Amino acid sequence: MSHGTILVFELTILVLSIFLGIALISQVPTLLHTPLMSGTNAIHGIVIVGAMLVFTLPDMGAFTWIVGFVAVVLASANVVGGFVVTDRMLEMFKKREPAKPVDATQDGKGTE
Amino acid sequence: MSYNVTNLLYLITIVGFILALKFLSSPAHARRGNQIAAVGMLIAVAVTFAQKHMTGYWVIALGMVIGGGFGAVAARKVRMTAMPQMVALFNGVGGGAAALIALAEVHVILPEPGRPKADISVAIVLSALIGSVSFSGSMVAFSKLQELIQGRPITWRGQQFVNAIVLLVAVAAGIALIAGWQEEWLLWTLVIASLVFGVLFVLPIGGADMPVVISLLNAFTGLAVAATGFELMNNVLIVAGMLVGASGTLLTLMMSRAMNRSIANVLFGAFGQVSAEAAAVAAGEAGGTVRSATAEDVAVMLAYAHKVVFVPGYGLAVAQAQHDVRQLADLLEEKGVEVSYAIHPVAGRMPGHMNVLLAEANVPYPQLKEMDEANPEFSRTDVAVVVGANDVVNPDARNNQGSPIYGMPILNVDDANAVVVLKRSMNPGFAGVENPLFYNPKTVMLFGDAKDSITKLIADVKAL
Repeated sequence: MSHGTILVFELTILVLSIFLGIALISQVPTLLHTPLMSGTNAIHGIVIVGAMLVFTLPDMGAFTWIVGFVAVVLASANVVGGFVVTDRMLEMFKKREPAKPVDATQDGKGTE
Repeated sequence: MSYNVTNLLYLITIVGFILALKFLSSPAHARRGNQIAAVGMLIAVAVTFAQKHMTGYWVIALGMVIGGGFGAVAARKVRMTAMPQMVALFNGVGGGAAALIALAEVHVILPEPGRPKADISVAIVLSALIGSVSFSGSMVAFSKLQELIQGRPITWRGQQFVNAIVLLVAVAAGIALIAGWQEEWLLWTLVIASLVFGVLFVLPIGGADMPVVISLLNAFTGLAVAATGFELMNNVLIVAGMLVGASGTLLTLMMSRAMNRSIANVLFGAFGQVSAEAAAVAAGEAGGTVRSATAEDVAVMLAYAHKVVFVPGYGLAVAQAQHDVRQLADLLEEKGVEVSYAIHPVAGRMPGHMNVLLAEANVPYPQLKEMDEANPEFSRTDVAVVVGANDVVNPDARNNQGSPIYGMPILNVDDANAVVVLKRSMNPGFAGVENPLFYNPKTVMLFGDAKDSITKLIADVKAL
């Protein structure tokens, strides 16, 4: 495949992603906008793939090693921090906490 | 691993990310979606490890342990009120990584004979520029929110001019690089100028405008990552970056709409200063008397109401009173009062922040009503309790064309039969705008620290 063909494919993917992104995000209720933000934060941590690919470059000198290493550190903080903090938040969104008198009576029926 | 297999596996990652966003449409499966995205990320990392010519496994692993360890600890320890700065920080490091990748690419590509293809140059320039702005801008936003530097707008004479020059230097260096003037120092100039620009552009933006800035920086990092995708001809980076870019852009627009200001006004307006004069004018006009009440009075109003709506603002979070509000709400519910919470889109320091703070206090999410849902309810509400909110309930936004916040969508608490405002003193809110709601005959003020007042209310409602 020529370089030009790949570029055209990439541009196609780019444009479709924009529309897909808008369609998906407009379905997210304001209730979840903070987790949305930290979740998309984690997703842009995919830059870690780019940071790792620095280590496939030919003729790497000391400069490239250092820059690549720092990029991996930053991107890993982005990925792990983003997913963990989003998970922590989403865990808190509950309909009702389980330890309610109403639930207790239902449990009672179940065990009889 | 071959090119095709690699990209097929990356496709799984892409699907994972899309599902994560799709599942965010309901709080019931949102957490599952986030876990799917994490698995997708893990696949992408594993696939990348298996690439041809991959070297430095141990260096990469060490970097992951250091960065990941830091991220995990920070994410576990952060308090929910500090979420905006955490998001700003993770945003910044992502943008920084994108800029560094561009530097490494140029460093290695340059000595080779023949210049890189124009589209690759464009991608390198864009990812370096946007990534650097996002990195330094996020760090300033982080410092402001963490109160390492003052949150108020920092301005000086000729600021816009200096900013324009700095940006121009960065863009000129970028154009020279794309035009084929392949010098590494040009990219360094571009990166440094962009870093300086990022700092300069966030410094004049005030604390209350942070929801817009954080959303915008989020979009920037997304775009930088997508540009990195073009640079490396990597689909997963392009798709993920653009999804984030779309999300950040949409949130930026929503936030500035909720504040009734154009993005340009938020970024270049230095709001706090403009409105000080307008507030002085408005203060002269506002008159009437303020009725203040004791906690016992308010407790009686609440306990004998059918429907009570709490309107929390950022003041509630500052006072750490969300747990107390929820206790009070539980007490009222036991007495048969219908309780809900009306949340304005810009309540808090980032989009949707208040919902997270209340969810942390175990408020069941069906009780959290967004503005469009909450407003029609006020007319059949007995008591609306405003805690630490001010501008988002200011009727001037609806009625007074001279008000600096005229046109901003607000919560119509004045439709309720009675309004209770919990407030420290009569000082105007952040924007310095006078609020006629306080002079409304339906309104009573309960002065004092929000947490203390709520604690008193809990005791008094119990005593009834």
